[in-house]
Amino acid sequence: MKYLLRRIGFYLLAIWVAITVNFIIPRLAPGDPATALMARFRGQLNPEALHSLELQFGISHDPLWVQYWQYLVQLLHGNLGVSFTYFPTPVSKVIGQEIPWTLTLIGISLIISFIVGTLLGVIAAWRRGSFVDSFLLPLLSFMGAIPYFWLALVFLYVLGFQLHWFPLNGGYDTAIPVSWSSDFLATVISHGFLPAGTIVLASLGGWMLGMRNAMITTLSEDYVVMAQAKGLKESRVMLIYAARNAILPNVTGFAIALGFVVGGSLLTEIVFSYPGIGFALYQAVLNNDYPLLQGIFLLIALAVLIANFLADLAYGVLDPRVR
Amino acid sequence: MSRPVLSQETPDNQLPPTEKDGLAAESTPLSSTKSASSRLSDFLKNFTSNRKALAGLIIIGIFLLIAIFGPIFLRQDPNAFSSDALQSPSSAHWLGTTNLGQDVFTQVIDGTRASILWGLATALIATFLSVVIGIATGYLEGVGADVLVMVINVFLVLPGLPLIVLVVAYSPVRGPLTVALVLAFTNWAYQARVLRAQTLSLKARDFVVAARASGESTWKILFWEILPNEIAIVVSGFIGTLIYVIGAAAGVEFLGLSDVTTIDWGTILFWAQNNSALLQGAWWWFAAPGICLAGLGAGLVLLNFSIDEIADPRLRSEIHRKPRIKRWSLIPVGKVQPAP
Repeated sequence: MKYLLRRIGFYLLAIWVAITVNFIIPRLAPGDPATALMARFRGQLNPEALHSLELQFGISHDPLWVQYWQYLVQLLHGNLGVSFTYFPTPVSKVIGQEIPWTLTLIGISLIISFIVGTLLGVIAAWRRGSFVDSFLLPLLSFMGAIPYFWLALVFLYVLGFQLHWFPLNGGYDTAIPVSWSSDFLATVISHGFLPAGTIVLASLGGWMLGMRNAMITTLSEDYVVMAQAKGLKESRVMLIYAARNAILPNVTGFAIALGFVVGGSLLTEIVFSYPGIGFALYQAVLNNDYPLLQGIFLLIALAVLIANFLADLAYGVLDPRVR
Repeated sequence: MSRPVLSQETPDNQLPPTEKDGLAAESTPLSSTKSASSRLSDFLKNFTSNRKALAGLIIIGIFLLIAIFGPIFLRQDPNAFSSDALQSPSSAHWLGTTNLGQDVFTQVIDGTRASILWGLATALIATFLSVVIGIATGYLEGVGADVLVMVINVFLVLPGLPLIVLVVAYSPVRGPLTVALVLAFTNWAYQARVLRAQTLSLKARDFVVAARASGESTWKILFWEILPNEIAIVVSGFIGTLIYVIGAAAGVEFLGLSDVTTIDWGTILFWAQNNSALLQGAWWWFAAPGICLAGLGAGLVLLNFSIDEIADPRLRSEIHRKPRIKRWSLIPVGKVQPAP
């Protein structure tokens, strides 16, 4: 219980830091990029929208702490402001439209790569010097060392442009109406295959190496030797005795990876012009859409913090020693 | 995730390198009775006889030579336009040309210096922060140290790339310096935590207690007694950070969030993407900078693996040997192949 409370306290602090960073950075920027933009929108926006923009950008003569308080109140009401690019759509609505794409793509590829990578790591540790251990592992580690966006470009060029196996961009075929029909879902899958595939390929090596190294340590434990001496089935010793006790570091790794991957979705979605949070963030930067930019940053930060918190909880359940 | 705690292993390194090469008579690796200079030569011998280290050093050396001397040998201005637009590689243009007729080979060679220099600078700042904060929070006690530990933990969970995008978007100056500073300030925390853990365990050792008892100043203890014992971790952390920041900086430049008029590997990729080199089939435009990034990354990864193996003998003996001896004796022959 004390463990849980400490973790909750820590994550509340981290969320506060993220929110405050989001508040401070626009105000640190000299030259006030927002004022110029505001001038552009005067006359187009109603006074209330203008006022909320002013609050957001700190174009206000109130003392800083009053602005900060107003900003927090706006946030608590879920008011993230109005997007410039998709005017007059509220930022929260833009984010709502984009987020299912990112969550599905990133979620599925992360789970696949975690499961496959961990299993490969188990096999690599169990059969040292085999094909998986001495060839696949270095190859996948090398893949992980290549900058992800470039790996994605190469796959897009070879499999998309040269061989025409996969579409070059987008999240679905625009010729087919958006619905839950099987035709539409088929185009979603064919469009998602390359983005997901490259994420899996780039991250497999990390899971595999982590699992292999942790498992090598557990393999030397007496209970594993004992299980083998008893003549238990090999698969049982491998999975239930050795792998089960070696998986903990990978579980924490899962949370850290979640942070990396949610941020990394930025590059995936831009290379493949795939709809989602990352692509929207990129558009927001290009168009100086500051409300959208800040809204998305806050959302990503929250998502990462929540994921980390869940991983901490899982760790506490799996390993009672940390409590 | 990218920095393995244990070194990856091939059959080569199961024996200490000196034995493998038949030099066992000359030196016992890392034995305690040696003088400092002969220990250094042992270290160098270990290093050069480790194939991974050698391969990594050669790759990195080539890139460093290109970075230092490459631009001297270029006959062309990397920005010079010509009428040979989007040519594939030929004897006139070894790596082809861009849509404006710039020579990709000249650009890649010229860009090597900027890519490596900014990467080194970023990794140095990040490592400096991690060393100071990691060792200080490990050794010192009190409210200040507690607050710093909290800062480390918060930086560990803040998402790096989106934060970079946010800062760069508001930054009045977009350029390599901004990118380097933001990358450095978002990438020191992991290493600081590792060093803090190590310092915590060194703190109670006899030599530190003795230094404290003899009245040495805290600064001297931190940087003369503790830091030298963590140098292997610092170095491999530096290389790990370098690998990450070179890739991340290229990614940020690829997104056009840096100064796109300077030439380095990332901005070449930005222009290639911006002029849809891919859809025009101009593979050569983005192939070379990417291969350079991947090659340098691979060289650094190899070096890091070998530093883990050489500098920390425990990784070689205890963790690698013990399971081997215990385990293989119990596995029925034929079911599992031991490494040759």
